This record gives sequence, C-alpha cells and structure tokens, in this order.
Amino acid sequence: MKSNNLQTIYVMWLREMKRFLRAKSRVIGTLAMPFFFLIAFGFGMGRGFSFPGMPQMNYLNFLVPGIIGMTMLFNSMFAGISVLWDREFGFLKEILVAPVKRFAIVLGRIAGGITTALIQGILILIISILMGFKILNPFGIILAIIFMILIGVGFISFGIAIASMIEDTQGFSLIMQFIIFPIFLLSGAFFPVTNFPGWLRPIVLIDPLTYGVDGLRASLIGFSQFPLILDLTILLIFGLLMVALGSWLFNKTEI
Amino acid sequence: MLAIETKNLTKEFNGLIAVNNISFEVQEGEIFGLLGPNGAGKTTTIKMLATLLNPTKGEAKVWGFDILKQRDEVRSSIGIVFQEPALDNRLTGYENLDFHARLYGLDKETRKKRIEEVLNLVELKDKANVLVINYSGGMQRRLEIARGLMHYPKVLFLDEPTLGLDPQTRHRIWDYILQLNQKEKITIILTTHYMEEADYLCRRVGIIDFGKIVALNTPQNLKNILGGDVITIEAFPPKRAFEILQKLPWVKKIKEHDNFIDLTVDRGENKIPLLMEIDQKEAGFEIKSINLRKPTLEDVFLHFTGKTIRETETSQIEKNKRLRPAHHPPIR
Repeated sequence: MKSNNLQTIYVMWLREMKRFLRAKSRVIGTLAMPFFFLIAFGFGMGRGFSFPGMPQMNYLNFLVPGIIGMTMLFNSMFAGISVLWDREFGFLKEILVAPVKRFAIVLGRIAGGITTALIQGILILIISILMGFKILNPFGIILAIIFMILIGVGFISFGIAIASMIEDTQGFSLIMQFIIFPIFLLSGAFFPVTNFPGWLRPIVLIDPLTYGVDGLRASLIGFSQFPLILDLTILLIFGLLMVALGSWLFNKTEI
Repeated sequence: MLAIETKNLTKEFNGLIAVNNISFEVQEGEIFGLLGPNGAGKTTTIKMLATLLNPTKGEAKVWGFDILKQRDEVRSSIGIVFQEPALDNRLTGYENLDFHARLYGLDKETRKKRIEEVLNLVELKDKANVLVINYSGGMQRRLEIARGLMHYPKVLFLDEPTLGLDPQTRHRIWDYILQLNQKEKITIILTTHYMEEADYLCRRVGIIDFGKIVALNTPQNLKNILGGDVITIEAFPPKRAFEILQKLPWVKKIKEHDNFIDLTVDRGENKIPLLMEIDQKEAGFEIKSINLRKPTLEDVFLHFTGKTIRETETSQIEKNKRLRPAHHPPIR
C-alpha cells in the first residue's frame, strides 16, 4: 500500500513535468511578468528610492527577493488551481476513479507544482544576478530555497483547496483579483511593510507571503523585518494547515 | 456470479430525484444496457456504481464489493469510459495509457505488454506517440476504451460510448465492444439513447425514464411484449377484407384504421406468402399493398412510456434549460 502511494505521487509529478516541459509558451509567459517587474521597478524606480536609516540599501537588492516570492506565489497558486482545468477537461474523473488515496494525489500535485515553481524561481534568481543583484552569502541560497519550498507547499495546497470548492473556471479571474493580487501586493514585495498605513497592518501581518518575502530577504541580502525563526515557523504552520485543508476538501470532491 | 447488484438505488440533487429506487442485477460476462433519453438518470447511475457519487439512498455491489464501504476494491475491479472525454490532451496516447497503468499499480513489464495489447486492439499503435490534442473524436474514444481496459477490469462501464460519432466509427466501436466481451470476458454495462445500439450489443436492456427502470429484459423479449410483427394491408373493400382476415388462425390481433388493416402476427415474413395464397376473387376483396414492420426498441419505449424517445428528449432538454442557472447575463 505504501509503495502504491509513492507510485501515485510519482506519476502525478511525472505528468506535471511532461506538461511543463512541453508548454514552452507557459514557461515563457509566467517568467515574463516577474522579469518585466524586475526591469521596470528595479531599474526604473530604483533610482532615487532610499530607505530611511539604510542609505546603503540598493532598491534592486530589496526588490529581487520580493519578485522571487511573487514568482513562487503565482506558479504555486496556478499549480494548485489547475485542478479546475482537470475538472473542465474531464481528466479529474480519470484521477478520482482510480484506486488510489486522494491524499497521495494531493501530495503528487504538490511535488509537481513545487518542482516547476522552483525551477522558475531559480531562473528569476539567476536573471537577477545577471542584472546586478548581490547575494550576501552563497549559503543563503540554500536557506532561500527552503523558503521557496515552504511558500510553494502552502500556496499550492491553498490553490487545491480553492479549486475543490468552486465548480468551474469562471471563478478563476475572481480568485486572481481578490486573492492572488492582494496577497502579492500586501506582502511587502515592493516596499517595506512598515510603509503601509496602520489600518492595513493587520492584513499585512496575516498575509503568509509577508513572511515568505521577509525570509527570502533575510536569506539572500541579510535584511529582514521579522526574526528568521518567526518567518520559518509561520510558513511551516501555514503550509501544514493548507495541506490538511486542501486534502480534506479534495477528498470530498464529487464529480 | 453477479457483476452488479443494486437495491433501491436513489440519488437526489437538491430535492430533484435523478435516480429513483433502481434495482437490477447484471450477470458476469453479460453486456447490459441502460436505454433511455438524455437526463433519464443513466449517467448518475453509472457514477454511483463507479464510486464517483454517493447515493442518497439504497445500496449497490460491484463485483461483490459494496460501493460505499469497499470503494478501493470497487475501483480496482472496474474500468470506465466517460461520456465526455477524460484524457490529458497535452500527453500522447501512450503517455495517457502509461499514466493510467502506473496509477493502477501495474509493474513495468506488464505496463509495456498491456499498452501494446490494448493499442493493437483499438488500432491506434501508429498514433501512440502523437499528442491526444491532435486525435479525432473517434480516435479519442478508442483511446479511452483502450485505457478502460488497461488494468484488466472485471466490469467495464461505457457511458454513451458512441455519442457524437459518425456511423462508420460507431460500427467500429461496436465491434470492439463485442470483441472485448468475447475475448477478454469482460462484463460490460453501457448506457445509450440509441435504440439500434442497445439492440445490436446488449444481451439485456433496462429501459429507464425519469430515473426509473420501466422494463428490463432481452431486446427480443421486450419486443415480444408488443405481441409480434405488424402487417399493414391496404384492401378494398376494407369491410370485406376485415371479415375474411380475422378468421385466419395465425392472426393474433386485428385492427382497422382508415382504409388499412393492421394484423399482429408472429414471424411476419412467413405470413406474407400466406396472404398471397388467398383467392382474392373468391374472397371478394382486393389487396392493394402489404407492408411488414418489425417492432423496434423504439416501439417498446413508446409502449412503456407513452412517448417516443425523441419526444422525451426534447422535453427533457427544455426542462434542463429552464433549470440551468444563467451564468452570463444576456448580451444587449
């Protein structure tokens, strides 16, 4: 039974890899947005942007961890929500009627989503380095990858949970506008969360990506607003909660 | 052994009864058909048996396993081809089969051997490495049938297997279905709203309308319920013809309408020569035309539901239209 679960995870992962490697336009498409953000904000807004009390902070260096967090967020949410497309194109029935544990299917989807999101996050990191982004210390990359994985697990599962609750792809643009964008914009990817007015702070503080971006900054440039251990703990709890929620909702799915 | 056994199986969706107290049995090795118009509850029944929907009431066993308590066992025992395509069209035909085989836990050698076998069966071997998105509708359906067979299921569900296919492809798929049943000894449950499909393929047919099975028997017995073939005779003068014809010992029923006389008989094709032997001059009437009609399942459906399947279909579609919530506001 156990090897059967591993096989299920593997086959879900394998499918995602095959689809990913074939969908060149998708890869380029999802890389384009963070890339343009990097160019426009990193170069455009970077000049004349200064941080109170941190005159040596370069805006590009501040921005890159935020853009990596954004790349992880978008790719992870899309990977989770792709359950919706499987439903639309009928393939979900093929998966649900198989004699395998639904939990293993969810884990397989997470594994596939993490791999593709991580590949893109790392590509953005490489592009950033070519653009002049300075990493504080090479070991920080390993820590950054851990943060990227944690962001991935949480938001892929979150996406699965949402996709299990809504019926059709028409709800997708609503999710984009009312869930993904606010999570991204309020995470402090563009500017320090201390810049938000006080009434917005509670929302900023319950946004899990805030801690993801902060953790990435801590690992890559050695600058953070929260203690590293707090970032790690909150993301870990968020990830576990979402995996549980996503599996539970996916398990209840009927066709 | 019983392949399927249902008792008072019922499914309600928000108070609407889709399947109403259905009870039937399917024998091992049988091709069993559920015949009825769209919206009659065929697909819902299949989905419950395949563990994709939970019944509101009642129980069912598939290959001896309870559909609620032994889901995994049921799932391992069945293959299913859905009404709408359920393929990953960004994968090749081979990859779709391989995905399925791995999901069902087949080992590497079995996978390879079996994929080859089923691809041969549905004649898709030369298209194995083409992305499914480039397949025609008929090829996709064949691939789905092949996939349904991958894991050596005991029971195969086919939900409207030839819906939307051209007549040529339809006949090819019928041939595959018969082959599977005979060569692989698979029990097959299919749903259809095509009379000729049920008649051609199924050993027994359950006629389903508004979520209820209204009749269940072999196609021949169902047709026999109607009493036999109908010979329609145009004769002059009809009154005289009626008097003579009603005395014939092999006429089971006689009915006069307009200037025609309907005779219900067994084996109508043998009775036409007998009609020709009547000395018309002596009998005092003249036969102008003879028409023999064999009853079809359409007549059976009409007999049990009081309407043709096509009439039912339009009224069901109308009903569904009214029930469906509007997703888009009308464009002005």
